[in-house]
Amino acid sequence: MDLFEYQGKQLFARYGIPVSDGAVADTVDEAVAGADRVGYPVVVKAQVQVGGRGKAGGVKLANNAEEAREHAGNILGLDIKGHVVQRIWVEHASDIAEEYYASFTLDRAAKKYLGMLSAQGGVEIEQVAVESPDALARVEVDPVDGLSAANCRVWVEAAKLNPAATDGAVDILLKLYEAFVGADADLVEINPLILTPDGRVHALDAKVSLDDNARFRHPEWDDFTGLEKLDPREREASERGLQYVGLEGDVGLIANGAGLAMATCDIVHEVGGKPANFLDIGGGASAQVMANALEVINNDPSVKAIFINIFGGITKGEEVANGIVQALEQVDISSPIVIRLDGTNAEQGREILKSHESDRLVSKPTMVEAARTAVQMAKGA
Amino acid sequence: MSILVNADTKVIVQGLTGGQGRFYGLRNRAYGTKVVGGVSPKKAGTDIEGIPVFASVKEAVAETGATASMVIVPAPAAADAVLEAAEAGVALIVAVTEGIPMHDEASFYNRVKRDFPASRILGPNCPGLLTPGECNIGFIPAEVAKAGGPVGIVSRSGTLTYQALNELAGLGIGVTTCVGIGGDPVPGTSFIDCLELFEADPQTKAVIMFGEIGGSAEEEAAAFIKARMSKPVVSYIAGVTAPPGKKMGHAGAIISGSKGTAQAKMAVLEDAGVRVATNPTAAGELMAEVVAGL
Repeated sequence: MDLFEYQGKQLFARYGIPVSDGAVADTVDEAVAGADRVGYPVVVKAQVQVGGRGKAGGVKLANNAEEAREHAGNILGLDIKGHVVQRIWVEHASDIAEEYYASFTLDRAAKKYLGMLSAQGGVEIEQVAVESPDALARVEVDPVDGLSAANCRVWVEAAKLNPAATDGAVDILLKLYEAFVGADADLVEINPLILTPDGRVHALDAKVSLDDNARFRHPEWDDFTGLEKLDPREREASERGLQYVGLEGDVGLIANGAGLAMATCDIVHEVGGKPANFLDIGGGASAQVMANALEVINNDPSVKAIFINIFGGITKGEEVANGIVQALEQVDISSPIVIRLDGTNAEQGREILKSHESDRLVSKPTMVEAARTAVQMAKGA
Repeated sequence: MSILVNADTKVIVQGLTGGQGRFYGLRNRAYGTKVVGGVSPKKAGTDIEGIPVFASVKEAVAETGATASMVIVPAPAAADAVLEAAEAGVALIVAVTEGIPMHDEASFYNRVKRDFPASRILGPNCPGLLTPGECNIGFIPAEVAKAGGPVGIVSRSGTLTYQALNELAGLGIGVTTCVGIGGDPVPGTSFIDCLELFEADPQTKAVIMFGEIGGSAEEEAAAFIKARMSKPVVSYIAGVTAPPGKKMGHAGAIISGSKGTAQAKMAVLEDAGVRVATNPTAAGELMAEVVAGL
C-alpha cells in the first residue's frame, strides 16, 4: 500500500522525523483555513500517487490567502496523468540551502536492507545512480543487527553532505530506519531531505510503501484510506479481495496464482487474442471466491468470452467447479466460458461441471486449446 | 538420484493439526512421503490418523529423526516456527505459508544463515518440492509428475511449477526433483542454489527454469548459468505481455539494475545460452528437443 505524501509525513512525525507543519484539505475553503493556520508563505501540493506533479502544475507557492485560494482552486480537480486530484496538502514553505536524497529498502539480491544517501537530491535519483554512482552512498544493514549510530555516521560522512548537516542527518536517518522496520514499510524515501540556511535538516517530501502482509499487526492502517479513483472494475475486485488489473481486450481471464495468471495473459496474446484483465484468485480459493471472480468479469461490458485457467495445488478442483456452478445460478453470465482445470481434485471438479457443460460452458484439456477456443469465441461474439 | 529430498527423507509438519496442515500432511503421506510427526504445543500427545503430534520441533526431531519440516502455520506465527525448526537442527525447512511480512522474512533468513548455517529454508510462500515417486513436501499435485528424470525443475511461481510438471509429463519426460522457490521478497533458496544442486546431480541432465517479471533473480541466475552450468537450461518468464506492474519506487528500480521486465530477463538468459520460450507449453516442447538430443 502506497501512502500519499501527507500520510507519509504523518507517519514520519510519529517517529520524530522533522516535517513541515501543514494541513489536509479537500476544498478550497479548507485549504485557505489551513494556510492561514500554518502561516505564509505556503506550498500547495496535489496529493496523487504519480511522479511529475510539479511539472503538471500540482505544486504551487502561495504568499497570501488570495494566492492560496487561487492555487487550491486550480489544483483540486486537476488531472495529473489520469489521476484526478481530490485532496491537497498545504504546508509552511521552507527555506532551502541544500537538497539531499535518503531511502531504505530491501536489497533482494543481498537479502539485507539497503540505505541510500546522496548529496544530490530533489532530482530523479535513478539518473544520479546511472550518471554519477559515486554520488550515492550506500549502507548495507543486517536485519538482525539493525543500524547502529556509529555505522550511520560513517555512512553520512561517505555521502559528503554539507558538514553542517551531519548531526541532523544522522539523527533523521536513525529515525527513518526505525520507521522502515517499525512501520513495516517496503520503502521509505525522502526526496528532498533539506538543509535549511539556519542549519536544520528536514524532510520536505515523504514516500512510503507499506507491506500489506503486515496489516494484521497494524490496526492503525485503517486510517490510510485510499482516495484515488480506481478503474471501477478494479474497485469492485478490490472490495471482493481479488488481485485484478484491468486491461484493454475482450477475453476475461481468471487464474490461480500470479505466475499462471500472467502466463494466461501471455498465451492469449500468442494465439491472437487480447486479455480484458489479469485476475488472480490466489491460493486455496473457495467456491465463493470463484463465484465473486466470475461476477467481476461478467460486469465488464467489454468481455466477450471468459477463460478460466486453474491448476490446483492448494486450490481444490471441486471448490472451483462449485464456484462456477454457484455463479451460474446466482447471476446471468453473458459470455461463454472456457475452462481448463488441472491439479488437486481436478477429477472431482470436472465431474461436477460435466452436467452443466454446453456451448456456453466448454471444458478443454490444455491451456493452449482453452486459450484458442476462448479467443475464437470472443471474435465470433 | 535427486536433490534435497528422496525416499528416505523423514518429514515433520509444523501446523499438522490445522485444516491446511492436516489436508496436505496426509496427502503428502498418502503419496509415500515419510511424514513422521506433527508439532502443536496444545495438541501434543494426540495423533492425526496415526501421525504422532509433539509439543516442540526439538522433541519431534529427537523422537523421529526427521531432517525436514513443512511449516504450514498462519503468517503471524511463521517466523517463530521457522526459527524453532532451525534451532532444533532441521536441515530443510519448507515454509509454504503465504502472507509473511517482509521484515519477518528478512530477519529470520539472516538469523538462520548466521546462527544455524546447516539449515536451509525453502520459501516462504512456496508450493514446496517434489522428488517424483519418492517424496513430496507441500502443495504440489504430485500425480501429474512422471518420475525418474532426466529433467530438474525450478520455478518461482507455484502454479507454474505444476504447469511445468504437467507439460513434461504430457511429453513423456520424467523429472528428478521439482522445486518451487516461491515469489516472496526474501526467498530462503534461490534459483542459483537449485541450479548448483542440479548441476552436481548426476541423474539430472537438463533443467527447466520458470521465472516471472519483477526483481532480479532471473538475471542473477543467468550470470550463474553462463559461468558455471554445463547442463542445458530451458526457461520461460511469465509476464511477457504484462503491462508495467507493481510500483517499485525509485529505490527498487536502482537495486535491480534492470527494469525487471520479461524482455530484459529473456535477453540476458538467451545471452547465457538458455533456450527461452514464450509460454509454458512451448517451454515443454523446447525441453523435449533438448532431451531428444541428450
